[in-house]
Amino acid sequence: MNGHPGSVKFEIELLVNDKSHHAAIRAADTLLRVLREHLGLTGAKAGCENGDCGACTVHVDGVPIKSCMMLAIEARGSRIATIEGLRNTPIQQAFVDHFAFQCGFCTPGFIMVCHALAEHRPKAGDDVIQEWLQSNICRCTSYEEIGAAIKSVLRWQG
Amino acid sequence: MTIGEAVPRIESKDKVTGFARYANDTQSPGLLHGWLVLSPVSHAQILSIDISQALAVRGVQAVITGQYFPVLTGGVLADRPPLAVNKVRYFGEPIAVVVAETEHIAKRAAELVRAEYRPLAYVSSPSQALKPDSALVHEDLGSYRKYGDVYPEPGTNVGNRVKIRKGDMRSGWAAGEFVVEGAYAFNTSDHGAMEPRCAIVEAMPSGLVEVRTSTQDPYNIKRLFQRFFQVDQSKVAVKVPFVGGGFGGKGSCQLEYIAYLASTACGGRPVKLNNIRETDLVGSPCHIGLEAKVKLAATREGKLTAGEITFLFDNGGYTDEGALVTQAAAVDCTGPYRIDNVWCDALSVYTNHPYATAFRGFGHTEAMFCVERTMDLLAKKLRMDPMELRYLNAIKAGDTSPTQAPFDSSNLGDLTKCIDKLKSLIRWDEGQRIVLDGHKVRAIGLACIWKTSGSAVDTGSGATITFNHDGTPNLSIGSVEIGQGNRTVMAQILAERMNMPVRLVHVKMDVDTQITPEHWKTVASSSTTMVGRAVLDAAEDVIAQLKRNAAIVLGRLPETLEVGHGKVYANDDPSVSLEIGAIASGYMYPDGSASGEPVIGRGRYRVHRQSRLDPETGRGIPGLQWTVGAEAVEVEFDTRECTYRIVKAASVIDAGKVINEGTARGQVAGGMNMGLSFASREAFLFDAKGAVLNPQLRSYKMIRFGENPIYLVDFVETPFLEGPYGARGIGEHGTIGMPAALANALSVAAEVELNELPLTPELIWRNREARG
Repeated sequence: MNGHPGSVKFEIELLVNDKSHHAAIRAADTLLRVLREHLGLTGAKAGCENGDCGACTVHVDGVPIKSCMMLAIEARGSRIATIEGLRNTPIQQAFVDHFAFQCGFCTPGFIMVCHALAEHRPKAGDDVIQEWLQSNICRCTSYEEIGAAIKSVLRWQG
Repeated sequence: MTIGEAVPRIESKDKVTGFARYANDTQSPGLLHGWLVLSPVSHAQILSIDISQALAVRGVQAVITGQYFPVLTGGVLADRPPLAVNKVRYFGEPIAVVVAETEHIAKRAAELVRAEYRPLAYVSSPSQALKPDSALVHEDLGSYRKYGDVYPEPGTNVGNRVKIRKGDMRSGWAAGEFVVEGAYAFNTSDHGAMEPRCAIVEAMPSGLVEVRTSTQDPYNIKRLFQRFFQVDQSKVAVKVPFVGGGFGGKGSCQLEYIAYLASTACGGRPVKLNNIRETDLVGSPCHIGLEAKVKLAATREGKLTAGEITFLFDNGGYTDEGALVTQAAAVDCTGPYRIDNVWCDALSVYTNHPYATAFRGFGHTEAMFCVERTMDLLAKKLRMDPMELRYLNAIKAGDTSPTQAPFDSSNLGDLTKCIDKLKSLIRWDEGQRIVLDGHKVRAIGLACIWKTSGSAVDTGSGATITFNHDGTPNLSIGSVEIGQGNRTVMAQILAERMNMPVRLVHVKMDVDTQITPEHWKTVASSSTTMVGRAVLDAAEDVIAQLKRNAAIVLGRLPETLEVGHGKVYANDDPSVSLEIGAIASGYMYPDGSASGEPVIGRGRYRVHRQSRLDPETGRGIPGLQWTVGAEAVEVEFDTRECTYRIVKAASVIDAGKVINEGTARGQVAGGMNMGLSFASREAFLFDAKGAVLNPQLRSYKMIRFGENPIYLVDFVETPFLEGPYGARGIGEHGTIGMPAALANALSVAAEVELNELPLTPELIWRNREARG
């Protein structure tokens, strides 16, 4: 059972939160696992590792991606941003002010989606907000609080 | 000054930056990883388990099966081995754990574990399980040890039976001119907490067993380890970081047992057992299913005279907390109404489904669905306004519970006030069913709810307070921060009593059973009421000590001093004062001499006056207080397609006293969302042999953003005299009424009685087709 092809490791370089990181990974390692287990960035959570819940959402070249659905090697050469790289943004404060989380487990993923939404579609209406935020699941809140938080930072709300 | 305010969660910053750590966010160089091998069949004899190939994989440290330590575990009835022994009783039951240097290796080796099974007849529902010719899920039920009030019936599939006998049924039926009866059913489902369960256990050579886990019940793990593994409970240290949602699902011990055994098999090295979602859904305990019958009688005027209720809970392969869920449903079986004659049998029934534990509402979400549907049937038969029927029968001070517990205005909230508020909140007077156009209908359904927060009778809570040199207090408590906002609420309670800003109160976030004072467990909406009382008691203690220290320095009597604004001051002259920081560790005079002692506060709260229930009649006091509420759901229903949109959901809860308007509202609105998700779409789907067909969040659907209705939340405040500032438990109550209110709304909209869950368009269509 030695030398299983899935066990071979090789070195890659990832650009995460504007810093270069090196990690020895398997080809099959997902971006989520490498962020969490190799780089110690545990803000992205493994809620399902099947692309269903969005708790693992990070930005790859500015686009929200479920990091459990992407291989780490696919992210080579891309700019990766995780929740740890986000500080003092309006959406983070809005989540606090609007009680938009309870247990906090899904929160990094939701904030990464919301932050990207605010950047890409600052004038998004209800339909667009719903389309973007349906990628993630929150089990504690009623979603109303998350809706209030994102709307408070979108430009059309003033 | 702070009580009632929407103070943002004190852990907010860490939760919006990814720094809040959960059990699976801990890694260490020596950590081993476990991977569970699950049963692919629901009921079978295990003929053999071949672990040789798995053991041969490089990096594998151990593979253990149920034979490694064949013990039966359980909270009240010891019926479950941590890993299956001789037979499996549900699809997804763990039969072995592979431990390896990495999770990847463990997973790969787990695929090489070969098990042979001889299938046994699949017990597919409670009613089937109770047939005389049904296969037995537990052949040795009579030999199982009991650790509480539980009444299994050997030779059958009954894991527990709870009886309620109140009044005289014959006179109850005689007095009731109108009788209605309904039958109800739903499958088992799941909590779906976003954080899958995770436990890390290290069995150290000193004998110390360190358990780091996502649990709602840390202190009990000590007792359970002593009970089942003969580990001295003083040697068990349980550490609980933030928990990513529990909803009852993390109140029982499962992965902790397996991780402990795995650690002992690896020389005591730490072993992490982290559920993947699929295992978390079906391998770990789930939300109970039910088949029920409710029969109610009432006078022509609508006054209830008798209630006969049978609950057959689908507890799955093992009883776990389900045995107590059964009891909880029974003790409040009538709903929040005065019924003088009550007969109820509540059974925890073994089937070959994933085993069930507590779920938000603890038997009440399930029981109220059945009772409140029957109340609507009764209103229809009486041709009475369903709101009026509920108002007329609403439970009041002076009445008694089904277990004959007496009510006063303190231990029972004010249901009629809740109904009054709800009525205007949802504009009931505008009509229950409104036809919008040719095929769109709007309809409102109601449900009144109650729940007692019964705890174990031998339990309580503690709190300790120490001081920093700047005079700010550190508070340590044993409830778990699972998202309910408990740390913030405790900070507010202490700040209020010490007359100081909340932001200066420091609360220890994690629980460490070696140092944080015990709280029963973080369940039953009880943390605010129980731990809050302990915090107030500890506050009294530090205030007395601070006054003693200050009295010496100020030359005043302690009773002439007050504490507030970071100072101890004379009540007749606030300018005569000392900073708390100057006296919290004793006072030092300019010459270096000292007086007074360091201030360390301790507070405790013990549950009194609860009592055990009589096994024949149920007579007894099951809880200290009942929280009541009135709830409603408004739907827009398409009569052609049988599809619907949930437009509004409303809850008016008697909170006793709202401590934090933001977290209280969040608990109720979030609770409603969970109740509506369960009622509208959640259930395990089984194939003909009991395999779960939807063990993923892709196929096990939960409400997503935008599918939620508008939530209306309001409170009534009838003080519970024992609660901190009058507060009652409110954590589960938004959930409890939702299944009934949604079913009542859709039954009115679709003009067909909908008595099953989940309320999918297909279910509604089938019921309409059957009606013809």
